[in-house]
Amino acid sequence: MANKKVEQELTSLGKKLAKDIKDGKNPAIEFQVRGLSNVVFDQKTQKLALGERQATRSFFNVGHAKKFLQTLEVAKVSKELLEVEKHASLRDVFYMAKRTIPNSNINIVDEQKETDKAIEDLELITGFPREQLQVNANKMGSVAGKVIIEDKGDTIDWSKLGSGGWSIPSNVEEIEFKKVSAKYIIYMEKAAVWERLHEDKFWEKQNCIIMSSQGQTTRGIRRLLQRLSKEHNLPIYVLTDMDSYGWYIYSVIKYGSISLAHMADVLAIPNIKFLGITCDDIEKYKLQKHLIKNTDQDVARLKQISEYEWFKNNKDWQRQFKLMKQLGAKAEIQALSSRGISFISERYLPDKIKNEEFLE
Amino acid sequence: MSEKKGSTADEMAAKQQNISVAEFFERNRHLLGFDNKKKALLTTIKEAVDNSLDACEEAAILPEISIEVIEMGNERFRVIVEDNGPGIVKQQIPNIFAKLLYGSKFHTMKQQRGQQGIGISAAVLYAQLTTGKPARITSKTDKDKPANYFELHIDTQTNKPEILVEKTIEWHREHGTKIEIDLEASYQKGDQSVDAYVKGTAIVNPHSTIIYVNPKAEQIIFARVTENLPKLAQEIKPHPYGVEIGTILKMLKSTETRTLQSFLTTEFSRVGPGTAKEICENSALLPNMKTDDINLVHVEQLVQGIKKTKIIAPPTDCIVPIGAELLEQGLRKEVTAEFYASNTRTPEVYRGIPFCVEVALAYGGSQPGDQPMSILRFANRVPLLYQQGACAVYKSLIQTNWRAYGLQQSQSSLPVGPLTVAVHLASVWPPFTSEAKEALAHYPEIIKEIKLALQECGRKLGMYVRKKMRVREQSERANIFERYIPEVADSIAKLSGEERETILAGLLKMVKKPEIQSEILSLPEEEEDHKKIKLKVSEDDETESEDNDEDEK
Repeated sequence: MANKKVEQELTSLGKKLAKDIKDGKNPAIEFQVRGLSNVVFDQKTQKLALGERQATRSFFNVGHAKKFLQTLEVAKVSKELLEVEKHASLRDVFYMAKRTIPNSNINIVDEQKETDKAIEDLELITGFPREQLQVNANKMGSVAGKVIIEDKGDTIDWSKLGSGGWSIPSNVEEIEFKKVSAKYIIYMEKAAVWERLHEDKFWEKQNCIIMSSQGQTTRGIRRLLQRLSKEHNLPIYVLTDMDSYGWYIYSVIKYGSISLAHMADVLAIPNIKFLGITCDDIEKYKLQKHLIKNTDQDVARLKQISEYEWFKNNKDWQRQFKLMKQLGAKAEIQALSSRGISFISERYLPDKIKNEEFLE
Repeated sequence: MSEKKGSTADEMAAKQQNISVAEFFERNRHLLGFDNKKKALLTTIKEAVDNSLDACEEAAILPEISIEVIEMGNERFRVIVEDNGPGIVKQQIPNIFAKLLYGSKFHTMKQQRGQQGIGISAAVLYAQLTTGKPARITSKTDKDKPANYFELHIDTQTNKPEILVEKTIEWHREHGTKIEIDLEASYQKGDQSVDAYVKGTAIVNPHSTIIYVNPKAEQIIFARVTENLPKLAQEIKPHPYGVEIGTILKMLKSTETRTLQSFLTTEFSRVGPGTAKEICENSALLPNMKTDDINLVHVEQLVQGIKKTKIIAPPTDCIVPIGAELLEQGLRKEVTAEFYASNTRTPEVYRGIPFCVEVALAYGGSQPGDQPMSILRFANRVPLLYQQGACAVYKSLIQTNWRAYGLQQSQSSLPVGPLTVAVHLASVWPPFTSEAKEALAHYPEIIKEIKLALQECGRKLGMYVRKKMRVREQSERANIFERYIPEVADSIAKLSGEERETILAGLLKMVKKPEIQSEILSLPEEEEDHKKIKLKVSEDDETESEDNDEDEK
């Protein structure tokens, strides 16, 4: 049982600390440093990965004490959840940890951000993703297409779920793909666009899977995409707004993200392709009148992205960055609606896919 | 209707003559500081003490002043002020004490306490009007001469001294002056009391010894902290930038010069022949114009011409500050605190008049921490007790950001904390908002200087307050570990399955170890590696949080 291993890991963390105390040593936890300075881009795997640097978090240290306390608190919560075999949401964990220390005005945590960080740290310490530590994020995002899966004993057909599609859970490890007839996947940044394509029965006509979340791609979706890519060899095309944030969504799905670099192996999908919106689309589909001026923030973010190691030597992308700089503007996917409400499902996407107009 | 004629010029003139000094006083008592009984007592003492201190300094004598206030019942008080000054020559005594607007101070541009020559004689008149008792003056100028004793009234019709008693007496002093006045008054303690005035006077006159006996017969001795007399202030002529039309007209009347040019070069500071010619040119007036021919229109032209002319600032060596160190010593003596700071600015000029600002502050000690700070205001070594809110000092204090120095302060109000600030303005002509000399006018130059002096002291205060806060934080931090330990013990026990009590005991034992204690007391440091990351990531903080592909809630 995977759960047993996780429990053992948490127990050995406790035993290690108990031994520190018994030996009169400052109790300390060691784990890899998380963050940009310890993130490397592995040219061979084309994924982000965590570097070697280790950090020590010890209790009798004024700067560490509170975080040490919070990390242990979250570990305790996780162990309790494992014992009763229940899952909690990130919000639940926050409330389970939130309380005031007796005879003081000190709260163990004040904001959810603190428990969220502590859980990420615990992932690094134990080597298990948070789902296995019994903590789930909310489900978010929808999928539709010709796929049949089995989840907790239920058989679900993604093509027969009405207007809402199937909601993608936080933990997709236990899902089994029974039958996959679709030929490729389109993942889009915007839920509204997903609804457009769903209404137009785009997945049926094109025999594909359409998947979306709102904004950033959740772990559950990334994991689901990776499994479909790996286990069924489905090509994945990404559709985002034409702006630095949209393009970064693509970057995260493809290479991994900085804050979750330690999980890039199970999340990154190096062979996905970018479908649009590109700067070339603006001219080709006459969207010039539907541009939005770049803010200073957009410009700064664009510069940062263009300097990321994984984009630095990518000629196609550098060309896009340059074009956007020249345009000084961005565009939303929905700008295509100016050409007709179903222009996206009838012209734009079929053309792009047929002509293989992708960016890598 | 035509029967009711207006007054003739003769009648009016007669009436005007009939306005006595008593009436003048009645009408102007609020301007002179006698608006109410409480203030009358203060003003009387203040005028007498100001005179004593000025006289001592001029004669280079270390002042020793005794002030006695005796309550005689029925709202009557006797005030006795005695000094060891040079004494007053016999002939002058009646005029100084019993003639309003007599004095040498009005026309001089010199840093001194009194200004108008109204003060002490107004007190004598007030006493006479309220009790009918004469002022009793004893003065001695030389140890080999006897003392002169006078009992004086003011003739309220003619404004002339009325000598009731005049004799020579034996007096134990070698030289000095003593005045005894009976007046209607009331005595209260508090910020605007005689007690506060005497205490303030002691702070800004650290070269003086003051013995004060209050109406409760309590004697308080304010001993001098320095044997050095303040440098004698130099008299200067007015600077052209400072004068107004009325002043110029007055100066023209009294000048002995004949031409405009010589008037300018003789009666003003910093005006040589070149500058004088330039002023004339800018005023479209001839330099050789006769002073007698100059009329109001010409003076107006002259004032405009002066404004257009570049004239170097007046000399500032005529200003005698107390000195940061002495001011601080004075404050130290009277306000018990844990931290002091002081600062004397270099002299500056407002409207052609030189001035200098000094600030001393006292922080902590027994001062209340939940009240607005205390303000001590001084001008030319005289405490200002009334009209605090109208004073430039108050404005400067509320415009200073005290939060930067670790105090609490809400928008445009005084900071809250255990703080006393003393602000002293030395000037040949301190700009008061009224004749009662209670508040300094809001000249931007003066406010700027006060603020700079406050900031200088504030920075030192800030360092002290922050250090104190750090020490307190350290002890709080030790406390924090004691609070954390049971929580951490809980978690470790739960994770390891071991005995909670053993872990708890281990941690409690450990927290007492010297190396752990020194760690606790050290300054907080971020986890080293995480700190570095923070710095780097902060470049794209916004995007990092988006990158955080969590779905909250």
